[in-house]
Amino acid sequence: MPADTLEFEEPIAVLLKEIEALSMLPQTDAREREIESLRRRIASVREDLYRTLTPWQRVLVARHPSRPGIEIFIERLFTGFTEIHGDRRFADDHAIMTGFAEFHGQPVLIVGHVKGGDTKQKIFRNFGYARPEGYRKALRAMRLAEKFRRPILVFVDTPAAYPGIESEERGVAEAIAVNLRDMMLLDTPVLVVVTGEGGSGGALGIAIGDRVLMQEYSIYSVIPPEGCAALVWRDASKKAEAAEALKLTAPDLLGFGIIDEIIPEPVGGAHTDHALTTQLLDGVLTRLLAEVSALDNATRLEQRYQKFRSMGRLGLEFLDEAAG
Amino acid sequence: MAWFKKTRTPRPTASDKPSRVPEGLWVKCPGCSQAIYNKDLSANQNVCPKCAHHFRINASERLRLLFDDGEWTEHDPDLVSTDPLRFTDTKSYISRLKAGQAANGGKDAVIVGSGLLDNIPTVIAAQEYGFIGGSMGVVVGEKITRAIERAIVERCPVIIVCCSGGARMMEGALSLMQMAKISGALARLDRARLPYIAVLTDPTTGGVTASFAMLGDLHIAEPKAQIGFAGPRVIEQTIRQKLPEGFQRSEFLLEKGMIDLIVDRREMKAVIANALVFMGATRVGPPIVVRSLPVSQPEPAAQGS
Ligand SMILES: [Zn+2]
Repeated sequence: MPADTLEFEEPIAVLLKEIEALSMLPQTDAREREIESLRRRIASVREDLYRTLTPWQRVLVARHPSRPGIEIFIERLFTGFTEIHGDRRFADDHAIMTGFAEFHGQPVLIVGHVKGGDTKQKIFRNFGYARPEGYRKALRAMRLAEKFRRPILVFVDTPAAYPGIESEERGVAEAIAVNLRDMMLLDTPVLVVVTGEGGSGGALGIAIGDRVLMQEYSIYSVIPPEGCAALVWRDASKKAEAAEALKLTAPDLLGFGIIDEIIPEPVGGAHTDHALTTQLLDGVLTRLLAEVSALDNATRLEQRYQKFRSMGRLGLEFLDEAAG
Repeated sequence: MAWFKKTRTPRPTASDKPSRVPEGLWVKCPGCSQAIYNKDLSANQNVCPKCAHHFRINASERLRLLFDDGEWTEHDPDLVSTDPLRFTDTKSYISRLKAGQAANGGKDAVIVGSGLLDNIPTVIAAQEYGFIGGSMGVVVGEKITRAIERAIVERCPVIIVCCSGGARMMEGALSLMQMAKISGALARLDRARLPYIAVLTDPTTGGVTASFAMLGDLHIAEPKAQIGFAGPRVIEQTIRQKLPEGFQRSEFLLEKGMIDLIVDRREMKAVIANALVFMGATRVGPPIVVRSLPVSQPEPAAQGS
């Protein structure tokens, strides 16, 4: 269990230090009882903290360095993963990973962003900022799944598409746009899970599916809170206010009708217990995959279209109808 | 569906005069620094008669230039945002909406009309940059989606004149989802084998570029328009270096293979009509537009790109 705590988890960090100090002492029954009681206090403090997380605190949890993503899920939830590489056009993007594996014995395609664990991995993965070839690789792999009628499971976790010269030169906007259009018509079941950061177009570019889910403490936003703060408040330190205003939490998105379900996480966030996180994810994916696979192809595609078609209806008013 | 029947004729509004052209008799051209008589400028579709600098024009002016006799039937003019996030920063979003409505006459950042383009029945959506930077929220998303659905029903082409800073932040992820919604409708238009032309004007950026602006059967840009995904400042901060001259301009995108052609505004209608005929669109009368300028050659891309 990773012990790294976030800035708002200070009370937990203090208790953890106490446990660490006690662990240095000779082992006695009294010491064990003391440690046990501290552990219970941590659990209860954590429960209190996580019951009332602010949107900004959720952003921090969603970005936690130990938060499990596609790599952990491949390891724990799937068997026989074979990664495939490259967009057959330009390069292999390391910020998006794809390949096939079995999910409870059923062949599926897995696609998702990878942020990388340690510093070396983070650099290799470009911190999860995908370039155009990442989106093109994803679509190529999804076409493969479509051809053989294999379901697609998408894991979304990216700050944004990579904002660099070469991204623009090679048409990152075009790559994302084509994915939005073509994923809408992919004739095979598609489940999307936002596992960490759903960063704007960079996230949406692989996030069209029959069901879109968010893990409890993940976020999904049109702009990072820091960017929003810099833009409207002209002050990047107003990020907590921006996070609040942007309504980027899983319950917010469920309320807007953008996502279908929230996948619960362990108290304290997915990073505190990878095994339990995977188990909770497994249950939801298994149920929804069966549900979506049971639909005939035409119905599934029509429902997928209507799902996105209806997004935003609650945000507009038709004056003609209101008047008449 | 009731809204298919509800149509309007164009509203005469305060926004009908060209925006971004300073008031007064004379205007200094940012392209050649020469003083131009305002009347000459508007008679020339707001293109500098001396250096062909394209001044920014508003959405109703766009429609007037493209539709025959400047006439069209407007659709869904009354859709208005309800501020689903109750968004407030230094000002409330509601007050920004009201200011945009007062300044532009329209209720949001796009005008959709149907009419004849060189005698071809066509649906055109023109984005209004003067309304919160042309940003795309739920109203823009819904109006453009309805425009595409209307074209599918009526079996006619769709033209979208893009002019936008991207998704509307004040509507959060709901605005992001409009990218998916419009792209889905375009997928159906594509399957119906109907033409869609994206006209890219200054500026076309962010979520608009990463959805309908890059999904055309043709991408036609005006000269020197800024077209890109990420903002130049964001890119500069990321790579910690200055961007090359001409980066994210039409000529740069042409060179990189992302757009099909660059067309002078004064030729735009003729080029579009020609393309629509190639794409099998039906005319209800004889062609009426004649090309006035020689076919322009693409300018070489700016140095450093
Ligand atoms: Zn000039």
